[in-house]
Amino acid sequence: MADTQSTITGNRGLQLEEPLIFEQDSPGRVGVDFPDTDLSDNRLGGLERQGPVGLPNLSEPQTVRHYTRISQKNYGIDSGFYPLGSCTMKHNPRVNEKLARLPGFASLHPMQPTSTTQGALELMDTCAHWLKVICNMPAIAMSPAAGAQGELCGMMAIKAALEDRGEGAQRTRVLVPESAHGTNPATAAACGYSVDSIPANDRGRVDLDAFLSKLDEDVAGIMLTNPNTCGLFENDIIKIADAVHDAGAFFYCDGANLNAIMGRIRPGDLGIDCMHINLHKTFSTPHGGGGPGAGPVVLSEPLAAFAPLPFVVHGENGFDLVEHKSGAGKKSYGRIKGFHGQMGMFIRALGYMMSHGSDGLRQASSDAVLNANYLLAELKDTLSPSFDGPCMHECLFDDHFLKDTDVSTLDFAKAMIDEGFHPMTMYFPLVVHGALLMEPTESESRETLDQYIHAVKGLTARAKSGDAKYFHDAPQLTPRRRLDETGAARNPILRWAPGGDEEKS
Amino acid sequence: MSTKYTKEHEWIVVDGDIATVGITNYAQEQLGDVVFVEVPDAGKQLSQGDEAAVVESVKAASEIYAPITGEVTAGNPALEDAPATINSDAESAGWIFKMTISDASELDDMMDAADYKTHVAGLE
Repeated sequence: MADTQSTITGNRGLQLEEPLIFEQDSPGRVGVDFPDTDLSDNRLGGLERQGPVGLPNLSEPQTVRHYTRISQKNYGIDSGFYPLGSCTMKHNPRVNEKLARLPGFASLHPMQPTSTTQGALELMDTCAHWLKVICNMPAIAMSPAAGAQGELCGMMAIKAALEDRGEGAQRTRVLVPESAHGTNPATAAACGYSVDSIPANDRGRVDLDAFLSKLDEDVAGIMLTNPNTCGLFENDIIKIADAVHDAGAFFYCDGANLNAIMGRIRPGDLGIDCMHINLHKTFSTPHGGGGPGAGPVVLSEPLAAFAPLPFVVHGENGFDLVEHKSGAGKKSYGRIKGFHGQMGMFIRALGYMMSHGSDGLRQASSDAVLNANYLLAELKDTLSPSFDGPCMHECLFDDHFLKDTDVSTLDFAKAMIDEGFHPMTMYFPLVVHGALLMEPTESESRETLDQYIHAVKGLTARAKSGDAKYFHDAPQLTPRRRLDETGAARNPILRWAPGGDEEKS
Repeated sequence: MSTKYTKEHEWIVVDGDIATVGITNYAQEQLGDVVFVEVPDAGKQLSQGDEAAVVESVKAASEIYAPITGEVTAGNPALEDAPATINSDAESAGWIFKMTISDASELDDMMDAADYKTHVAGLE
């Protein structure tokens, strides 16, 4: 289809073919012309540039068009439905963006004296307060820059607490269920622990007996994701927490999916010792290339003293920062990140909490679960759900429905691009075959979901009708057709180089 | 020389006191195009179940566990430049490492070709 529509320019209507900015280089062309100057008084002291600087020469309108055209090729949450499971691609309310751009916040410098930043410290303290209330946890570390760093922050607190107790050398193993996020075992390993995998049961949850049989005096903790990556609530979580504590270990919960339970379940009530909160997911700060993440970690009483520096305290003269390992920071394991954390995200997250209120936050998680169950209910007879029963914030299917069609999960996802949707998450979690994981989030309308369901049903019918070639050729309507992902992984070209002689890794 | 199979979809060919280990054709089909293989260095001591190698495909990175206890005598050097050998010839040229056999009884519980075929059929 695409080949019959070829044009002279390579442009396809409003879909413009755009070369790399380096390929548009025209030596001598500049945005602004300056008069030649005669610099007889050379004060560079021998540090003059010796060769070309290697930047492309373009005019201002060329440059503006280049970046505008590139931005138009992007597909983001602002352009369409983005049901990428496990990623919580929900709408970022514009009021929060506006707040973050207020000059008083946007112009702050992290090294200003605290006497000049009382408002910012109060905002951090207020944001921290409400996150603790939502989680019913006594302490919080605000500085981690994203979810995975939050995990590292939490596991370092666990390690510090165990060492403080004199059990650092004894406890060397961390239990991680198969249904946990992939970063969990990586975090445990990065902290020097050996990772012991716990199998899932046939309901997609932690196999409790297998877990109990692995629990021993050498276990430092468990890292559990709840709701897990199958979009299911771990119903045995309180039994798991009790058993972990009886064994003298700590309970890390991956809170990336807090979006499903916020306002309904408080992690502190489940016996959790620490949990990171992805502000960029649950509290709708931009992500996926749109902005930095933020991963504050709530901590239980036994872990609170080990929280990283710096943190905000109420001092004699207003708010103060504890920046050193003394006083309130005596047992802290130190810094995990430069400065205080992602201030811009704290502003947006607090804006989100304040504009929603407790009832609004509760409704957000309820609607996220409702939307996922709507997809599950509408698609369960078309696709093959991996587990029985309702889901939480995301619904998981395997590729059984594609059996004997010669269409793979990958092919199906590529065809979704032609339909104008960002594909669902593919081949993750690994616990089911050819996974398709869909997370609609609460911010999608029924009309959008219906259109998506219509597309998925139509494509499934097409796959079952024997038209495998359509899927193997997809996508057809994109600026580029299917990329050679294997070739890109085996022989990555990471940098453009002059003369088309690309540098290989 | 006999070939044994594990539930983790590894094959083991025993030749004298050396075992050659790779992943089965079924395993490579499930993984898809292999793009990187990390093979163990000779001399590495492995206990049964230890992580021995990593096979990364376009879909996932998978650990390959030592099927038995022993010492690595060689990793397959060809896989560094040609990881696709695992896709094209998983059960011969795509071998991943060779190791000594400390305890031959660890091989007793493994499947033969017919049992493995039945095992795979049960997964469909």
